[in-house]
Amino acid sequence: MRYSILVNGNRRSVEGAADTPLLWVLRDELHLVGTKFGCGIGLCGACTVHLNGAPTRACVTPISGIGEASIVTIEGIGESEWGRKVKEAWLALDVMQCGYCQAGQVMAATALLVRNPTPSDGDIDEAMSSIICRCCTYTRIRAAIKRAAGLQAPETLEGEL
Amino acid sequence: MSARHVAGTPSGTDAPGLRISRRTFLATGLAAGGGLLLTLKFAGRTFADDAGVAAYISIAPDGIVTIVAKNPEIGQGMKTTLPMLIADELGVEWKNVRVRQAMLDPIYPGQFAGGSLGTPLNWIPMQRVGAAGRQLLLAAAAHTWGVPVSQCEASAGVVRHRSSGRTLTYGALAGKAAALPAPDLDSVTLKRPSEYTIIGKFTGGVDSPAILEGAAVFGIDVTVAEMSYAVYEKSPVFGGRVVRANIEEIKKLPGIRDAFIVRGIDAEAPIKMGLVDGVAIVADKWWDADQARRKLRIDWSHQAVSDQSTQAFERRAAQLAQSAPRSIIRRDGDVDAALARAPKVLEASYAYPFLAHATLEPQNCTAHVTDGGAEIWAPTQDPRAGATLVARTLGIDAGKIRVHMMRAGGAFGRRAYNDYMVEAAMISKRAGRAIKLLWDRTQDIQHDAYRPGGFHYFKAGLDAAGRPVAFRDHFVTFGHDGRLAATAELPRDHFPAGYIPNLEYGQTLIELNAPTGWMRNPGGNALAFAFESFLDELAHAGGRDPLALRLDLYGPPRVFAPPPARRGMKIPPFDTGRVRGVLELVAQKSDWHRRTALPAGTGMGLAFYYSHFGYVAEVVKAGLSREGTPKVHKIWAAVDIGRQIINPAGAYNQAQGAILDGLGQALHMAVTFENGRVVQRNFDTYHLLRINESPPVEVHFLRSDNDPTGLGEPPLPPVLPALCNALFAATGKRIRTLPIDARMLRAGET
Repeated sequence: MRYSILVNGNRRSVEGAADTPLLWVLRDELHLVGTKFGCGIGLCGACTVHLNGAPTRACVTPISGIGEASIVTIEGIGESEWGRKVKEAWLALDVMQCGYCQAGQVMAATALLVRNPTPSDGDIDEAMSSIICRCCTYTRIRAAIKRAAGLQAPETLEGEL
Repeated sequence: MSARHVAGTPSGTDAPGLRISRRTFLATGLAAGGGLLLTLKFAGRTFADDAGVAAYISIAPDGIVTIVAKNPEIGQGMKTTLPMLIADELGVEWKNVRVRQAMLDPIYPGQFAGGSLGTPLNWIPMQRVGAAGRQLLLAAAAHTWGVPVSQCEASAGVVRHRSSGRTLTYGALAGKAAALPAPDLDSVTLKRPSEYTIIGKFTGGVDSPAILEGAAVFGIDVTVAEMSYAVYEKSPVFGGRVVRANIEEIKKLPGIRDAFIVRGIDAEAPIKMGLVDGVAIVADKWWDADQARRKLRIDWSHQAVSDQSTQAFERRAAQLAQSAPRSIIRRDGDVDAALARAPKVLEASYAYPFLAHATLEPQNCTAHVTDGGAEIWAPTQDPRAGATLVARTLGIDAGKIRVHMMRAGGAFGRRAYNDYMVEAAMISKRAGRAIKLLWDRTQDIQHDAYRPGGFHYFKAGLDAAGRPVAFRDHFVTFGHDGRLAATAELPRDHFPAGYIPNLEYGQTLIELNAPTGWMRNPGGNALAFAFESFLDELAHAGGRDPLALRLDLYGPPRVFAPPPARRGMKIPPFDTGRVRGVLELVAQKSDWHRRTALPAGTGMGLAFYYSHFGYVAEVVKAGLSREGTPKVHKIWAAVDIGRQIINPAGAYNQAQGAILDGLGQALHMAVTFENGRVVQRNFDTYHLLRINESPPVEVHFLRSDNDPTGLGEPPLPPVLPALCNALFAATGKRIRTLPIDARMLRAGET
């Protein structure tokens, strides 16, 4: 089947079986490899993209179900105001270790801040606990979200650096 | 208690260590456009890579400096750290540095990531490379001006003649420096720490911007010309052989190019992470290949091992504990006599599970095997071992295998094994084309080199003052054909050996048919929990402060003679003064001495562990949540890895990450076996720590006057016992089995 989808503001024509997950269309057809494969069943969040602004697991979203929804990936998230702020905070605190999950983290964090520009620790836990970081950079992820939001960063980072 | 963790390095390789071999010399060369190459020369060959970049440093006429990171990047920041060491000594500004990842090349020493050795092995050699470059540029400037070198100084990419104030940029000097002979690395003078401009400064990872653009290329992201995708199905029971499979049916499925049976060639392969039997499917799209894999019907021959199970291991261990150990690891004094005399005797049994690494990037490799050799793109910790394995298995000359070291989405020891590399190479050879092999999560969890589980049966006697005078551990561990399984050992010098006069470590093996291997802090990630928890039991039983008991056991500051140098690296001596230093620091930072003032239901626990030359003491403050599950309020760590933190950006992140990794192991992680196979299939059954369970982690570095050592592993072990000791302080319930079963904390026996 041929599908026409809207990715990072560009209309793209892709070929694939109806049940092909969006993840593999992005990675192997469109070579947008910033969106990562981690578990294939929507449990780790490495494949998180935005579908009409909502954080969505691309590994369990079939291409046939996308329709006219606007897809934004890590390659395009910096075009938005919150995406840019989140990426700046991520760089300023050097959140990354191996970096493999961080596209998913940035996508989830951006969606959180769009919805809630002043998140509490509880809000961050709720929005971000679906994205696994195997290197456990959680201390910095929390601090970077607060920095992007212009909130006081947690003491642990301030005290250490 | 010597540096036993040097053993945790890829010993299966012939990594030559860090000293550049006697037949390899530093050399200069002229870069295209008139720049300087500071490179290596071996057997008459002056090294430059495909793009003409030198082994270590290339300086372009415009002053842009390209520095090569020779080691693989697996998330510990070596691709940033090693170039920082070169750049600081070279005397350039970090903003003018570009970093390029090396390929595997025999000209480089020690191209691996493991054993927390990146820093101790490279700290001096990389600085010397940079200093040699600075020396060349100083000489070129002095020659240009006709002044003595001693009147010149270099910094920020500029050489300055002190008295006249004349300056020349490195870019302008590069062509001239290229014609000078390279200095002997041993002769160069290094900066004083007060002169550092990059070392010690918060420096973001060199790939971080690309990662945030989705542009960094991990192994899984590699695309090469004419590439197909491959999947590989192996026996769920380790070592199972393919009897037959529905190959012809699979070949007819949409998008499938080829399907075939691959034969493992080595009977030891299932244990040693080599090529094992399986069915390969090659397709134009990975999704098609993986869908076809789900339609595979394979008959496996499993031999006699398909009854292997965790429950049987547990029954067997309990049985074996009734008898004397099969072998004695160490015996000091007379434990039986001392136990008979001791006013107080304690017994306890501890157990911990097998663990899978679960790197978030599943195992993958891209390979193109041709008549002339092989080109491989792999996220690997030990590319040399991988090339050796491919050469041996496929019968290719190792010299004709080119390995690109791709950024790895986590490794933790998993990618010290190259099973996925040899699979990719064999599939490429059989398919006659370039392929990218990618495992799914279930395959990744079910085909690992597991952290081995283990059982400890402790017995100890205290004297009237609460000091341990007798200590026994019957360690029931795992082996294969009577030989200890990889990383399943209890080292004979493991603490408290040497600190208690009557001590016995004995060992008995349970037969295991599964691969085991290095996992972040091999040995320590398991042994610390058992030993440091039991030590806490002894402290409480003897009425001693757990901190005071440890200080008492380690005694006054003493420095033990180190073992001989290994891999060209001087082994640092073990220093009880450094133990004391971190114990006292963590106690001070965590307010340990006021812990009795904590509210009811909240407690503090402490632990110390020495590993990979690092000294780490940690305190956990914890209690129970409203739901009755462990709730960690905060963690403090005091870390002594020497006088210099090379990159604070990476260092605090590593320490916090390793500690939270250990917390995840304590709370969740376990691999179990049933009917010979691994039960866990994905993150619904193999749980990893998430942000809502992550407490603040406060890390303090104690800058003792010692050469810097590694940090990826040392902070991990102490958190497991520190947490369990805190939960005991909070609830009175002692955790002796991991992962923590919250029901044990709410009720039942203590």
